[in-house]
Amino acid sequence: MAVSRISSAAPRLPRTTQYAFLPPVLTFLLGIGLWEAAVRLFNIPLYLLPAPSGIISTFLSQPGYLLRIGLYTFGEALAGFVVGCTLGTLLAAVCVRFRGLADGLIPFSIASNAVPIVALSPLLGVWLGATTAASKIGVVAIMTLFPTLVNVYRGLTSPHPDAFQLMRSYAARQRDIFLKLRLPASLPYLFNALKICSTLSMIGAVVAEFFGGTQNALGVYIKSQAGILRLREAWSGIVMACLLGITFYLIIVALERVFMPWHVSFRRDRP
Amino acid sequence: MMTTAPMIAIDHVSKIYNSNGSAVTALHDVSLDIAPGEFISLIGPSGCGKSTLMRLIGDLDQPSNGTIMVRNKTPERARLDRDYGIVFQAPVLYDWRSVQKNVELPLEVMGRAPADRHARAHAMLKLVGLQDFGDSYPWQLSGGMQQRVSIARALAFAPSILLMDEPFGALDEITRERMQAELLSIWGGAETDTTVIFVTHSIPEAVFLSDRVVVMSPRPGRIENVVTINLPRPRDIVTRESPRFFELVTEVRESLRES
Repeated sequence: MAVSRISSAAPRLPRTTQYAFLPPVLTFLLGIGLWEAAVRLFNIPLYLLPAPSGIISTFLSQPGYLLRIGLYTFGEALAGFVVGCTLGTLLAAVCVRFRGLADGLIPFSIASNAVPIVALSPLLGVWLGATTAASKIGVVAIMTLFPTLVNVYRGLTSPHPDAFQLMRSYAARQRDIFLKLRLPASLPYLFNALKICSTLSMIGAVVAEFFGGTQNALGVYIKSQAGILRLREAWSGIVMACLLGITFYLIIVALERVFMPWHVSFRRDRP
Repeated sequence: MMTTAPMIAIDHVSKIYNSNGSAVTALHDVSLDIAPGEFISLIGPSGCGKSTLMRLIGDLDQPSNGTIMVRNKTPERARLDRDYGIVFQAPVLYDWRSVQKNVELPLEVMGRAPADRHARAHAMLKLVGLQDFGDSYPWQLSGGMQQRVSIARALAFAPSILLMDEPFGALDEITRERMQAELLSIWGGAETDTTVIFVTHSIPEAVFLSDRVVVMSPRPGRIENVVTINLPRPRDIVTRESPRFFELVTEVRESLRES
């Protein structure tokens, strides 16, 4: 009895992982279907909610244009992401070296999660120019800096005390302790931060553009189209923002697998 | 008694911790001389200071009173000279390094040439019977195999002193006995005369491995008795079943009960 249960359970594992994408995809398609049906059934007016079919056809009528303005906004998001995540990582490293700084900075950084940083957008517009890319990059940089700082700091301080004792017994230099212990131990935390920040950065850039930007920007397009009640166009812009955000996220996930194939989340059973 | 100069001289050492404002005496007036190449076990109940004593010898902590001399040097000097190999209860392998790279870690830190450390690590893995697992990652190995990697890593730079803090404590009894026999053959086969300080809870383990068993007692941590284990080497399963082995186990057990 027990034996047959084990032998039937063993080959089921790969099958579940193989079809793991099915439930979310089905849920998504079901949601779209219900949306379409509701719009048609209840005759929901276009200015309230366009049908998915209409959004898709509008999207497909100008994919090149949407991609162009989308990539402009994505460029801002990416620049802000690079600046914010780099500064966050460097600050975390400095915090490890000077614990007093960490005691002051880390609680503040954790608290900043609760602050709607996008609300700083108009101010950055005043400082860096309302229509410039710099003000959007600034918003994204600030948004991504603190989660990166908090996560990477946790990662750099995550190894077990014995792992440090081992280095001490080798009479290791600080440089080696950092490069051979702290840094590799922090990679899972860093990638966690990068995943969070990849989606945050796209949100930040689009919303920052609502407060002003050049004509060829996705956020400006969504806001202006919604403003004149061209909702199918506005929604097609939202679809593009989603596609870019998800793509960015997936790129980070792929990089994670390249840089830390050893990590627990990718492990199969023991051979 | 001891004819050669001691490898480790522990002289009236005390260690007082400050715990929540009150002083806790972890070790009280401990003196012990350890000869070069000796295998010493520290045994006793929790709180007897056996791990503390090991950590003081290895310069992972400093005594409150008294002195420890290692090869006529301070423990700190000995640590900086890379005299210590340490094996903890957990293997403490670095997840992101292959087995081979884990064993190479101390050699890397000590600035050995790549070819040298590769050959050396490979030789150490062969010594612990894991030469076919160099490319595996720690999580792919069983607990006993991981601990063998940890021992290989500790021996990779041929330290003169091996400090082991309950290294087999997390293993099952069968694996444990096999690891004890393996440790003795590794220790006997090592090119240098390695001195071993072995912290354990297990009486048969201490008797089987050691030249002398240091029985410690708690509150405050002190040395209760030192039992000389005059069993012939090499030791094997026959040793475990010999009457003398049981007599020595009994002697250690009674010392522990008196404590």
